[in-house]
Amino acid sequence: MRKMSGAEAILECLKLEGVEIIFGLPGGVLLPLYDALYDSDIKHILVRHEQAAAHAADGYARATGRVGVCLATSGPGATNLVTGIATAYMDSVPLVAMTGQVPTNLIGKDAFQEADITGITIPITKHSYLVKDAKDLPRVFREAFHIARTGRPGPVLIDLPRDVTVGELDFSYPDLDLPGYNPTIGVHKLQIKKAAQVLMEAKRPVIYAGGGVRYASASKELLGLAEKVKAPVTTTLMGVGCFPEDNPLSLGMLGMHGTKYANYAIQESDLIVAVGARFDDRVTGKIASFAPSATIVHIDVDPAEIGKNVKVDVPIVGDAKSALKELIEAVQPKTWSAWNDKVSAWKKDHPLSYEKSEDVIKPQMVMETIYELCPEAIIVTEVGQNQMWAAQFFTHKDPHRFISSGGLGTMGYGFPAAIGAQMARPDSTVFDIAGDGSFQMNIQELATAVLNEIPVKVAVMNNGVLGMVRQWQTLFYEKRYSGTTLGNVPDFVKVAEAYGALGLRATKPSEVEPVLRKAIGSDRPTVIDFVIPTDEMVSPMVPAGASLSEILELEG
Amino acid sequence: MKHTIAAIVENKPGVLVRIAGLFSRRGFNIDSLTVGRTDNPDYSRMTITVRADEAVLEQVTKQLNKLVNVIRVSELKPESSVGRELAIIKVNAKKETRSEIMQIVSVFRATIIDVSPRSMIVEVTGSEGKIDAIERLLRQFGIMELARTGKVSMVRGSKVIKT
Repeated sequence: MRKMSGAEAILECLKLEGVEIIFGLPGGVLLPLYDALYDSDIKHILVRHEQAAAHAADGYARATGRVGVCLATSGPGATNLVTGIATAYMDSVPLVAMTGQVPTNLIGKDAFQEADITGITIPITKHSYLVKDAKDLPRVFREAFHIARTGRPGPVLIDLPRDVTVGELDFSYPDLDLPGYNPTIGVHKLQIKKAAQVLMEAKRPVIYAGGGVRYASASKELLGLAEKVKAPVTTTLMGVGCFPEDNPLSLGMLGMHGTKYANYAIQESDLIVAVGARFDDRVTGKIASFAPSATIVHIDVDPAEIGKNVKVDVPIVGDAKSALKELIEAVQPKTWSAWNDKVSAWKKDHPLSYEKSEDVIKPQMVMETIYELCPEAIIVTEVGQNQMWAAQFFTHKDPHRFISSGGLGTMGYGFPAAIGAQMARPDSTVFDIAGDGSFQMNIQELATAVLNEIPVKVAVMNNGVLGMVRQWQTLFYEKRYSGTTLGNVPDFVKVAEAYGALGLRATKPSEVEPVLRKAIGSDRPTVIDFVIPTDEMVSPMVPAGASLSEILELEG
Repeated sequence: MKHTIAAIVENKPGVLVRIAGLFSRRGFNIDSLTVGRTDNPDYSRMTITVRADEAVLEQVTKQLNKLVNVIRVSELKPESSVGRELAIIKVNAKKETRSEIMQIVSVFRATIIDVSPRSMIVEVTGSEGKIDAIERLLRQFGIMELARTGKVSMVRGSKVIKT
């Protein structure tokens, strides 16, 4: 046992948990912790807004599968983390958020920069701690990291009053003692047998895979099962990349902006095997008419997801990797069937498409060009049209190379998350596929990228509007564009240059490839302003509340 | 349909907030909730009665189980468990009505725990129905104040919900 201060103990805990990097911004109550950090080997990335610290830690976590760590001061620092924590919660991202807090004797007194952050974040954290005694620090950190990364991953918040960080303790890292936390390990053999049986009997099976496959690193097993039984595979936005999209069995993404063939296949299927997905409303459309004749097998590590939105015939609680492994063992190989032919015909007849142009830059063409030039790039997205084009027009093959805020749909997520992903994968090319609306929500992080030499490429699909909301106004609100016109400010090239980043612009299709080559070739953070048509829409589309069968093709 | 759930939870600050928050956030309806420590002071036992169909009840149970501070959740079926609620009721009691109130109290095997010139406090334990019944009967005298605990419940026989 060693005597140390609370702040030193916190850094010791982080080291023991293998943390190499934290994203944060200091404040009054964090002075003791930042002082200890001054001598530590843990790298601290100073952001310009705490929200970016949470998103960067999230992007780091999604790119690596490791726990991301962020740090913010009490009060406004802590509340600025909230959007980032909620984003991580909705997408099951392992995150530990540390917040400063006023000294314990001032808690509840409405002290300067006091906010009840554990109370505020109860609904958006997997668990949270308010540490009241320095002696508890090792136990709390041990538990927090364990809870964040195991079972269904998620964010854990640790609130650190100033006096706790200066208090003394005898440091020892305790064993885990969490009687109320028992994430499922292993799978029920009988349920696997039942699932295998319905899979063998099915004439029109579809596998529907989500983020759970990514977190369990079960892509290989997913491919193994699909190929063994010749089942077509569709993924959710969170599952994009879990199944190689160039595989003949791939249906791409399903749901509101999914492919027509994925939605047709789901609607006509007689069996859906859901793996690590949660039947979200953007996926199912009108739930009453979702896959009307399908038997449903649902594999999920979180028992509460099973039966939450749809009635399940064969529930399997367990992580995707173990369940899929067992299921592969339990099924017999199947041959290419009439169903496979039918699905292939749909793929041929209704491919994702857009009207090409020689006059204006089509965002879909930008995506295709980035893919051609840099198929191994990590694609991070903002939220809205840019996100859907990025999901649709790249050929995704690796879940850790597509990073997007799916559940919460957080505009402003992409750029800081791309910074986090780039820190985790320094040798990869990292693109943030952005809209002009989303990028402006965390544009100040250009300073972070420039000063830390983080060479993220921000590809702004600049249409001067909040495109996705405008698309709905076009389709459902008689083109009454209320509150969706952003105008043509700022000049993104000048903004980039003002921060010391590289700023590029393309206004014609012929300029797309040259600017992308320049961006990819540069080792500096780069902003590329792609001027795209205002009225370009994301297609196809299932209108909100409609059945997946009612998917529409939209003109650009 | 009304269901009774017993939850063993860690006796720590903030646990009640997490549970109450979960119910309101997910739209589950709590009918009553009682909480007190168990024979082990590290743990508390909550008895929660909810109105829910089977699917919602399953969600309630699963969501409760996800909370790190919740150790165990069990449903207590009415046919295999006993449940009691306690109420104390302050009624108007004048000279003329006092004996009638005492008769009702005796029929319900309730007790009088306080008497003043103009009031009495009645203590009654039993099922929810029994307490509803005595409340109805006492209403004619004028109920001045009423406090009910909500139900506590336990499985019949030697089976236990361990802490």
